[in-house]
Amino acid sequence: METIILLAPLVGAILAGFGWKVMGETAAMWLTTGLLFLSCVLSWVVFVTFDGVTQHIEILKYIESGSLSTAWSIRLDRLTAIMLIVVTTVSAFVHLYSFGYMAHDDNFRDGESYKPRFFAYLSFFTFAMLSLVTADNLVQMFFGWEGVGVASYLLIGFYYRKPSANAAAMKAFIVNRVGDFGFALGIFALFFLGDSINFDDLFAYMPTLAETKLTFLWGEWTATEVIAVLLFIGAMGKSAQLILHTWLPDAMEGPTPVSALIHAATMVTAGVFLVCRMSPLMEFAPSATIFITVLGATTAFFAATVGLVQTDIKRVIAYSTCSQLGYMFVAAGVGMYSAAMFHLLTHAFFKALLFLGAGSVIHAMHHEQDMMNYGGLRKKIPFTYWSMMIGTLAITGVGIPLTQIGFAGFLSKDAIIESAWAGGSSYGFWLLVIAAAMTSFYSWRLIFLTFFGEARGDKHAHDHAHESPTVMLIPLGVLSVGAVFAGMLWYGNFFGHADQVGKFYGIPVEQAGAHEEAAAEGTAHGEAAATHGEATATHGEEAGMVAEGTHHYTFAGEPGQGALYFGADNTILDDAHAAPKWVKVSPFIAMILGLLVAVWFYILNPSLPGRLAENQRPLYLFLKNKWYFDEIYDALLVKPVLALGRLLWKRGDGSAIDGFLNGVALGVIPFFTRLAGRAQSGFIFTYAFWMVLGIAALVTWMSIGGGAH
Amino acid sequence: MIQADLTVILPEIVLAVYAMLALLAAVYTSKDRLGPTLVWTTGALMVLLAVWIATGPGGTHAAFGGMIVDDGFARFAKVAILLSAAAVLVMSQEYMSRRGLLRFEYPLLVALAAVGMMVMVSASDLMVLYMGLELQSLALYVVAALRRDSVKSTEAGLKYFVLGALSSGLLLYGASLVYGYSGTTLFSGIIQTAQHGEVSVGLLFGLVFLISGLAFKVSAVPFHMWTPDVYEGSPTPVTAFFATAPKMAAMGLFARVLFDAFGHAVPDWSQVIALLSLLSMFLGAVAAIGQRDIKRLMAYSSIAHMGYALMGLAAGTAFGVQAMLIYMAIYVTMNLGTFAFILMMEKDGKPITDISALNMYAKREPGKALAMLILMFSLAGVPPMLGFFGKFYVLRAAYEGGLAWLAIAGVVASVIGAFYYLRVVFYMYFGDEGEEMDTHSSPVLWVFLTGSAAVMLLGIVNMFGIEGAAAVAAATLVN
Repeated sequence: METIILLAPLVGAILAGFGWKVMGETAAMWLTTGLLFLSCVLSWVVFVTFDGVTQHIEILKYIESGSLSTAWSIRLDRLTAIMLIVVTTVSAFVHLYSFGYMAHDDNFRDGESYKPRFFAYLSFFTFAMLSLVTADNLVQMFFGWEGVGVASYLLIGFYYRKPSANAAAMKAFIVNRVGDFGFALGIFALFFLGDSINFDDLFAYMPTLAETKLTFLWGEWTATEVIAVLLFIGAMGKSAQLILHTWLPDAMEGPTPVSALIHAATMVTAGVFLVCRMSPLMEFAPSATIFITVLGATTAFFAATVGLVQTDIKRVIAYSTCSQLGYMFVAAGVGMYSAAMFHLLTHAFFKALLFLGAGSVIHAMHHEQDMMNYGGLRKKIPFTYWSMMIGTLAITGVGIPLTQIGFAGFLSKDAIIESAWAGGSSYGFWLLVIAAAMTSFYSWRLIFLTFFGEARGDKHAHDHAHESPTVMLIPLGVLSVGAVFAGMLWYGNFFGHADQVGKFYGIPVEQAGAHEEAAAEGTAHGEAAATHGEATATHGEEAGMVAEGTHHYTFAGEPGQGALYFGADNTILDDAHAAPKWVKVSPFIAMILGLLVAVWFYILNPSLPGRLAENQRPLYLFLKNKWYFDEIYDALLVKPVLALGRLLWKRGDGSAIDGFLNGVALGVIPFFTRLAGRAQSGFIFTYAFWMVLGIAALVTWMSIGGGAH
Repeated sequence: MIQADLTVILPEIVLAVYAMLALLAAVYTSKDRLGPTLVWTTGALMVLLAVWIATGPGGTHAAFGGMIVDDGFARFAKVAILLSAAAVLVMSQEYMSRRGLLRFEYPLLVALAAVGMMVMVSASDLMVLYMGLELQSLALYVVAALRRDSVKSTEAGLKYFVLGALSSGLLLYGASLVYGYSGTTLFSGIIQTAQHGEVSVGLLFGLVFLISGLAFKVSAVPFHMWTPDVYEGSPTPVTAFFATAPKMAAMGLFARVLFDAFGHAVPDWSQVIALLSLLSMFLGAVAAIGQRDIKRLMAYSSIAHMGYALMGLAAGTAFGVQAMLIYMAIYVTMNLGTFAFILMMEKDGKPITDISALNMYAKREPGKALAMLILMFSLAGVPPMLGFFGKFYVLRAAYEGGLAWLAIAGVVASVIGAFYYLRVVFYMYFGDEGEEMDTHSSPVLWVFLTGSAAVMLLGIVNMFGIEGAAAVAAATLVN
């Protein structure tokens, strides 16, 4: 069944991509969509029936070389199951949505066939993403990782007649290359030290690896720290975290369904998935995870600030995505992988919903993307309005404080913010709260600018604004359901008590205290356990002050048991539950603040934002220009590299190498050719003369330089 | 005793007796009308002999007091010689018949030349060597001048004869020097002389003269001058023959003399061979650029290819000999295909050899043009054609034999040489519209052309097992 889930999209992609001329456009589109829905249904079956025990389903032997032995096999555990439903559900509905959205496109000429290609790419992407999440070893994961990169490249540049789309595609690919370099180095390092790339072997090896030193660049480091950072660099590229985030906003050049599928719900979360998948490694890399936390929080803050002032509807959502990914990394960084996965799941629903909603708006407004030209669309496209409203309620985190009732984002985001507080990262905690306020502001701003107020911009477009066809509205409806209920439904599994979470992920749990006693004996578990015991004891003292008596259960698995690994001293889950009330309420207050400001700015006093931008011009420009990241990169990296490339091309390749070769080819060799031609006189005596000369020379050489001495 | 000796050379005897009997029979019966029949029977006999030799018992057998040896190396070379000679005969039948050139002597002369070549590669004594060489050469002189009414053909035969006589003289002089300084003509005796202490100057001089004589046969620079003129002047089937079997035989003889008789003086001859190889590769590449006549072009091409084959020998190792054998086998196959194509080139019923006649050939005959393209790429040594692997083997042998400079020079020369092969392809695919050649099709030639091209492509899988056979052959020679 898992094999069918994985391969159905590939079959669809190949058949539709190469065979559409035979089967026809519509058939190709239905084929890919149908296979995707098959995958989707099976994924839900797998998710619901999965019992928490990790399974390995081998498909075929892949690489056998020296000590490297790798099979292409599916690792089915809870992480995989979660990702399966996320990927296949969003992908299936994006396929369906594309029927309407891609029906007519001005970027292609009349009669030109682009739809089968689009669907084939979407299906190919899904296959690559599925092979990433089902990977049982790092090489397989890297295959999927690069596969989604290729698919992303192809889909961003889908409008290949648009120079900006081509540039964006290249930018995405090249920026990702930087991250992939780190990822590849991490894989090499793991294989170098662990002599395996299979997750099971590596996870079991982690405690040893934590004691190992690795010489890298200028110094000697703890191996786990270096590898964790290297892998995270890969995650930074794919998940558009700060420094490597510049490609994501540009990627909005792709068709909107692509933005929803790849650049919101699935591919960009691959980095989060990677960090969670490698949780046994992260647990042994305390400094690296601090780095992840700080970077995630900074990204969440940075992207939210930029989102405040963007006017392109898709870019706002893109920065929102970037920001939400930062949230997930904070959760993973402080050790609450489960919360990261929780947010990943809920985010997939409401962000895909927002994107598809935005697509519906764009569709209604004849491919106008500037929110300044929207306004008052509430009546024109009511269904889209309501679904986007649900998405916004979800992303901003509306719910009843201190209960577990609320929209999806309310539960998952609050879980992250509590975890950040419990993880002792006050930097992360405060930035996330501030970012939550800004999230609320820009999300409501989007709603208000689009659906409320007066119609602005091209009157003709507004007059002809129409609700999208049913195929586009069905996905909106389904995702809306997810955005409302996903949080409440799975809160217990992802962020409930340790025994619940442990059961969900297949992690063994034990009664609090039992572990410490066992560790205190020391002999049973050997040295490693003893070290853990000490750490737990120390932590116990700290935690004891904050949350005495709340440790009912603790996670007790060895690395590799269950889908996630929590070190013995990782009590974030309980600490987060024990967080003070003001911590738990703070994101809600931030959300209310953001909402009030947005109402004030865009409903009560619509002229205020313009005046504020005038008064605070430098700040406004700073945000509007995305903190000038692109400009700085352009000056620091792009220009010098281009100059170097031009130098090597014109001077190095052009003048030196080509010049030399052309000189030889056009000057020297023809000279010798003429010489040889002249020697070939046709007279026997000349020929005989040459032979005699030859033998004379040989004999002379032999007697002087040869074996004669 | 004599019976055992005769068994060793039974294939040679069979072929020689057949040639003489057929000659007598033809003279006293219908003469030239028997030509086509004789071509096919000779070809068939050669193939049979090749199969016989290839499937016969292995091992090394010496005969006539060690003057003739039948070992793995000899068998490999003989099979290659017989097969290529048979192929050329079959290819030429139709061409020569239509032009009234198919005299009954032609297949028989080729058969006798083949006998000479077989003796050459089996020779283990300077006298036998010379006998085989002359038997081959005399037959070749005659077939070069087969077209007696053509000035060019007779000129080619005469030039070949005079210069061949000169080279024979050099070879004989070298042989006498060797005999004088070693006291024996047996290779096994000569090698023992060199074994004790250093090689005497006299012996070295003898070696240089021997090498010169043999270099003439493989048309290595500076003993190559006859090649373009003879290739151009001879009837095309004869040229095809010159470019294949005798080259294989001469290279085999070369290897036999160097390793069997002078195996202990490798550093001494290695440098000479390396020099010949270097000069041949570069002259072959550079001089061919100026050629418009495809037969002259193939002459220079063969000079360059002999340079590469010599590179394998220059390495002085068993792997080098293996590389040389593989190279020669691939070279012969490529040339058969290419000459099959050249034999098809004609206009108004007359053979045409100017390469500009190939202009836009691909438009009219895409299949043949594609086969020719593959062959040209293979001759130029472009991967993944088999020709690349031949070059790769000799380059590797040279590098491993400590002749890295020669390997590098070989690569440079092959880049230069690629020019004229690719120019042929260029004319076929991108040339100007010009005069059209006849769309002439002969099934036999077509089979050889496409077969050879297919081999160039398919052979990369396992080279049809020739690698192992060459390794065995090389191992019997170098030990």
